[in-house]
Amino acid sequence: MSALLTVENLKVSFPTRTGLVEAVRGVSFTLGRERLGIVGESGSGKSQTGRAIMGLTPGHAQVTAKQLSFDGIDLLSASPKVRRDLRGKRIAMILQDPKYSLNPVMSIGRQIVETLRQHENVSRAEARERALDMLAAVQIRDPKRVYDLYPHEVSGGMGQRAMIAMMLVAGPELLIADEPTSALDVTVQLEVLGILDKLVAERGMGLIFVSHDLRLVSSFCDRVIVMYAGRIVEELAASELANARHPYTQGLLNCMPAIGSDRHPLPVLDRKPEWAQ
Amino acid sequence: MTSAVSVSNLSVTYDDFKALNDVSVEIAPGESFGLVGESGSGKSTLLRAIAGLAPVTAGTIRVHDRALQGAKRDKAFYRAVQMVFQDPYGSLHPRQTIDRQLLEPLAIHGVADGERRILKALDEVGLGSGFRFRYPHQLSGGQRQRVAIARALILEPSILLLDEPTSALDASVQAEVLNLLEQVRRNHKLTFIMVSHDLGVVTHMCDRLAVMQGGRVVERLSSADLVAGRIGEDYTRSLMVASKGFQRKDVAATA
Repeated sequence: MSALLTVENLKVSFPTRTGLVEAVRGVSFTLGRERLGIVGESGSGKSQTGRAIMGLTPGHAQVTAKQLSFDGIDLLSASPKVRRDLRGKRIAMILQDPKYSLNPVMSIGRQIVETLRQHENVSRAEARERALDMLAAVQIRDPKRVYDLYPHEVSGGMGQRAMIAMMLVAGPELLIADEPTSALDVTVQLEVLGILDKLVAERGMGLIFVSHDLRLVSSFCDRVIVMYAGRIVEELAASELANARHPYTQGLLNCMPAIGSDRHPLPVLDRKPEWAQ
Repeated sequence: MTSAVSVSNLSVTYDDFKALNDVSVEIAPGESFGLVGESGSGKSTLLRAIAGLAPVTAGTIRVHDRALQGAKRDKAFYRAVQMVFQDPYGSLHPRQTIDRQLLEPLAIHGVADGERRILKALDEVGLGSGFRFRYPHQLSGGQRQRVAIARALILEPSILLLDEPTSALDASVQAEVLNLLEQVRRNHKLTFIMVSHDLGVVTHMCDRLAVMQGGRVVERLSSADLVAGRIGEDYTRSLMVASKGFQRKDVAATA
């Protein structure tokens, strides 16, 4: 399998008044056309890893890597123009909360069309047609009505579908989903995941799924990377999750209250400083 | 036996929208009661109605056998009933130290030994006295929720209303906060009313639960029934499926 994305020794650090904060400290992995999950707690560097690939790290941060390449293009030395062309067209990102990540003063349809026309030379009418098709593909029942709605007029689940539609309309090869369902209701979560799963499979995209929910990620992805304090502590196939060896992975698995397991008190993570080494 | 909280035929209406429609629940003293349902099902509204934060249009709420009128609550009520909110980022004053926020309820209720109580409350939620003069932005999400719990406990209430107390937290921090809640409940013999959309959390924490949908209680059952799958309503069953996590349908079909 040829690698779509190669990440080698990626480091992201933020200079602050109190010194350098290292958010990501040497992450390496390769991704083909597969589903990769990145799991960890808040502050483990999982989102910053995704953002560095996308090129959305804040300007004052320092990003270094031995290699960070997407389909043969070196992302770190690429010009802003090249990155802009990649972003949205070949690499797309779904963010956590549709309430904050959609443009509040632009109708949903226009936002989808904007993405499309940014990257492809298509007529207005064709762009509208494709946006409507995309809305239908994310199982929105009445695409024509939703096209003209503003983000505040739709529910969270609907907003997240619109975001998926927007991200997939240009046909990206790599999709980064940063906690795509954490802001949604349990019942809606499954629908949205189902849609995402179907589209990723149909279009043969690579997917990076960032989440703090290890169980969810393992049921969705082929391979899982577990991060702690900016480093990868364990990498394993999703089916091998039960055989996780690192105590941190085991702790993450055990700390969720599950229906039918009577454990009082719940086991909590006993974070050891040597894990961060 | 008298109940700690008794809600009968309660309705809450916002303009034309019926957020709660003829809801009745009884909660015994010392019980831990769960409310589950999707967004908009009215579970938080019920909690807010008990706390006097929602416009009640019909029905009665009794707490410790005292009937409550409208949205008015006296000081004695707030001594007995305290609430912990979902988002610890939003429920603490950003410009006040932890000490100041814990002092507020004591000042309102004219409690004398503030110093001792603040130290005790912080100690109880597992935060040392070193946290006392910090600001909320200097704490992590889990620590902030501990402060919110400390603030609720400082008046030594007998009933705690918990509105999704862990849904804004990471899975690993959630376990710590749930353990803390169980521990304070045991120590203080508290009555819990807990709202959550996570069936795993509710069955872990509560003895009995009510499933809500569209402003009504559609099913009441015990956690044991839920675990054993003795479920009457399709809606409850769909929540059960949702809580099991994502399953690829086509894979399931071919397997």
